[in-house]
Amino acid sequence: MLSATIFSALFVFIIAFALLQSAELVLSTKSISELLFTSSWHPNRGDFGFYPFIVGTLSVTAIAMALAIPICLLCAIYLAEYAPSRIRGILKPPIDLLAGIPSVVYGLWGVLLIVPLIRNYLAPLAGVSSSGYSVLAGGFVLAIMVFPIIISVSDEVFRSVPSEVRVASFALGATKWQTVKHVVVRKGMAGFIAAVALAFSRAFGETMAVLMVVGNVAKVPSSVFDPAYPLPALIANNYGEMMSLPLYESALMLAALILLLVVAFFSIAARMILVRVEKRSA
Amino acid sequence: MWLSTLIVVGSLLAVFAVIILKGAPSLTLSMITQTPKGGYYLGKEGGILNAIIGSLYLAGGATALTFVLSLPIALYLNEYSGKSRFASFTRFSLDVLWGIPSIVYGAFAFTVMLFVGARASLLWGIITVTLFMLPIMTRAMDEVIRVVPSKLREASYALGSTRLETALKVVTRQALPGTVTAVLLAFGRGIGDAASVLFTAGYTDSMPRSIFDPVATLPLAIFFQIGTPIPEVQQRAYASGIILLIIVLLASLVSRFSTKKLMKYVVK
Repeated sequence: MLSATIFSALFVFIIAFALLQSAELVLSTKSISELLFTSSWHPNRGDFGFYPFIVGTLSVTAIAMALAIPICLLCAIYLAEYAPSRIRGILKPPIDLLAGIPSVVYGLWGVLLIVPLIRNYLAPLAGVSSSGYSVLAGGFVLAIMVFPIIISVSDEVFRSVPSEVRVASFALGATKWQTVKHVVVRKGMAGFIAAVALAFSRAFGETMAVLMVVGNVAKVPSSVFDPAYPLPALIANNYGEMMSLPLYESALMLAALILLLVVAFFSIAARMILVRVEKRSA
Repeated sequence: MWLSTLIVVGSLLAVFAVIILKGAPSLTLSMITQTPKGGYYLGKEGGILNAIIGSLYLAGGATALTFVLSLPIALYLNEYSGKSRFASFTRFSLDVLWGIPSIVYGAFAFTVMLFVGARASLLWGIITVTLFMLPIMTRAMDEVIRVVPSKLREASYALGSTRLETALKVVTRQALPGTVTAVLLAFGRGIGDAASVLFTAGYTDSMPRSIFDPVATLPLAIFFQIGTPIPEVQQRAYASGIILLIIVLLASLVSRFSTKKLMKYVVK
């Protein structure tokens, strides 16, 4: 029992160490700034500029967050404050079900619905022509994938705001909405931000669904209707060719390491905020 | 505000509706009962039985292996460590592991595979998915075991049992419905995940024969089928998507059903 527990405690470091070892090769031949900030990606020539992939990952995640945050905030407020408990009981299972749908199925759905939607309706509306496989498509699909994370964590957070604070607000004559806006949300904001950070890390690392709708073109996207090539998609698409060039393999492992570090950073930040929120409400 | 809730629930329905509508026409019996014959991805006959069975073996094996690791960890954290710094650190660590994308697990496992000189196989697929599932199952179990009332434990100690006996006989019984839910939740996540098995389990058109052979998985089958330029094969991808959805939904339903049934073991 003890050994299993120790293993799980140290596992993150083990993964980071293993990936770092594999990435050693490319890290020693090229400088960090050259790897992170140049745009030329030609593995056969030994050029590994990660910049387009980093920008691609960030833009898809940013769109997803921009779409998800307002919708989930309102939804969580509704579930926690306004919905009668019967409705809440009916609505919560489907939202949790969203979390269980495999990412390839989301990808399929994205290809079937979102890509044509963008190609035939949204892009012409904006005056651009697009194949539909774009940053926007990736953002849409990712947003739906992170709905359940943000909603369920935020719902818990808003419900944990002590009722004394609410009651005090009503006693001062505030309406329900005023109470919600100024009291509940303000107290729950830290927890909500933590939920968003968790969702950000999930969206950042999501591979299959995004891969299928985002176009996979290794250029910095200049608009949301352009295709992009996020880091996880890069790793997934090129694992087959990895074996031929050791430097290529090392570069892909570096990509995995970057993913790990960013995700770990946001996870740690989110957890620390949540721990503080729990301590305050205890 | 309820509009936003409507959007959320609506998108769930949209996902189901689109996949089912698009995939149902291609969901024939031969898809679930045959393996791909030559040229399947170019439009010839066959089915994806290899992927269905492969996925079930892989996810099943991984769930069993993860359970064997998770339960001791969750029990140790609650029965032996309690409030210690080590327990908090481990819980924190598990939470961070929970958020790590599955492709990083795949890349890590691939690194280890290269180091030991192994080839892509069912065994390595199981190991990778186990690593991926471990934080999910352990965290869920930890939550359930935590809420076991301490009075129950104290009563058990008062009767003279050891910590191990209490853990194995009293706590697990009380936590049984939650444990089953945790296991099925992890199973659902594991069977649907493609990124972790992409490098490590390989792909093949035949049924899994030995644990050292590469094995086909449903998510990868879907992914490869939709990658072809032939419309019929893409249609089959949607049908395969329905199959995967059905498996995940079944796991969810079984978990709810068994939770109700197992409540008789829980002391209120």
